[in-house]
Amino acid sequence: MTKTDWTRCFAIVAAAISLAGCHNDMWTQPKLRAQQESDFFADGQADRMPVPGTIARGGLKEDEAYFTGRRNGKLVADLPSRVVLSKELLARGKERFEVFCTHCHGYAGDGKGMIAQRGLSLRRPPASYHTQRLREMPIGHFFEVMSRGFGVMFSQATRVPVEDRWAIAAYIRALQLSHDFDASSLAPDETQKLNVPADEQLGLPGAHKKGEAEGAPSKE
Amino acid sequence: MPQLFSRKVNTYSRVTLFCALALPAGLIFAGSAITRSAANTNVNVPLDQPVPFSHKHHTEELGIDCRFCHPSVETSAKAGVPSTETCMACHSQIWTNAPALKPVRESYEKGTPIRWQRVNKVPEFVYFDHSIHIARGLNCNTCHGPVQKMHITWKGNYFFMRWCLECHNEPEKYLYADPAHPDMEPRQKAFELYKKNKYGQDLTPVEWRNLEGQPLKFDAKQVEAGKKLVEKYGVKTKQLTDCWTCHR
Repeated sequence: MTKTDWTRCFAIVAAAISLAGCHNDMWTQPKLRAQQESDFFADGQADRMPVPGTIARGGLKEDEAYFTGRRNGKLVADLPSRVVLSKELLARGKERFEVFCTHCHGYAGDGKGMIAQRGLSLRRPPASYHTQRLREMPIGHFFEVMSRGFGVMFSQATRVPVEDRWAIAAYIRALQLSHDFDASSLAPDETQKLNVPADEQLGLPGAHKKGEAEGAPSKE
Repeated sequence: MPQLFSRKVNTYSRVTLFCALALPAGLIFAGSAITRSAANTNVNVPLDQPVPFSHKHHTEELGIDCRFCHPSVETSAKAGVPSTETCMACHSQIWTNAPALKPVRESYEKGTPIRWQRVNKVPEFVYFDHSIHIARGLNCNTCHGPVQKMHITWKGNYFFMRWCLECHNEPEKYLYADPAHPDMEPRQKAFELYKKNKYGQDLTPVEWRNLEGQPLKFDAKQVEAGKKLVEKYGVKTKQLTDCWTCHR
């Protein structure tokens, strides 16, 4: 073979070797990722349920009041000792309440949320928190309803972790207080502040235009 | 002795020279155009889904927060497709007989998942984590495009590495403060934009562009402010472009 032949030969072999290296097993790896399909498990899902009775490390739910909202079978009337009532707790509760609860119960907790207005009320309206029955209800009740569902309301336990459920319960109490308060007992400068529209107090300046914004086709 | 080459050869040689340069250039150009086109990346292409779920209806029109259906987005790597139970939390009561929702009801009855077509995907050697991006104040739309306008969901951006690096190289060009809530936690700020949009509050031009999924186009002053936010939010700029940040 001449020198050119050798060069050609080398080029072909080099190309063959590098092309053989072209594959996509890094792009699509044999590992299973969340929510993937799998042909390994009988139900075709990569996601597995824990074996019944599994307790994650540190996940033993010994604190009955904290995890169920009940102590010795009775609804707890105060926050469990693990939950510290603070401004931060209420702020967290407000944030989570607005994410997970307002569609049905409304920002003010009056049961007039968007979804409620669109059909839920046809069967059984979502509760307003501002009734005598719910004002007198121990706080454990709200935690239990969030955890286990109530009436047509589904359990929120898969979406809202335990500590957030307590924060929301605390915020619901604050909402109740806001609607059940004798304003005449306030000092004059505090009474002034009450004249701020309710929407703005809820941190929703412009919410009074709510009706239009929801009814009208949204702006493109 | 006659001329070896006729006059025609002049043209031939010119054309040959031109092609020798233009063809490879053209091929490279065409190749990269195809790679970036929607045919390859699926960007802006709504995918057929078993249920015609509309993000526009659920978020912009009804005002449901992103996190109601994607609650893990703040705390874990995956935003995740919501469980059928999440859909049924409302749809066990409203639109209960809608033909469009039949697959949802079947899934709930039989306990079998709905087979959605995946819209967003990165190669499996990329370890993307949603929670850290939210925690540093990035909005969903920065990467996913104008989700609140999507009737059928499409991919907002091609997730090429060079696209990721645009921000990982210069995070200060992607962070801005909300003038109405300057001290809001970056995590909350990310979702506040949707609330402001829903209730028709005034948005700054940057917020509008963010909402529309467009490039933010910071001017020099905004970049300066961005640099301060990078520091304030604790963005670890030194490791942002390290290989192991995204690859393992």
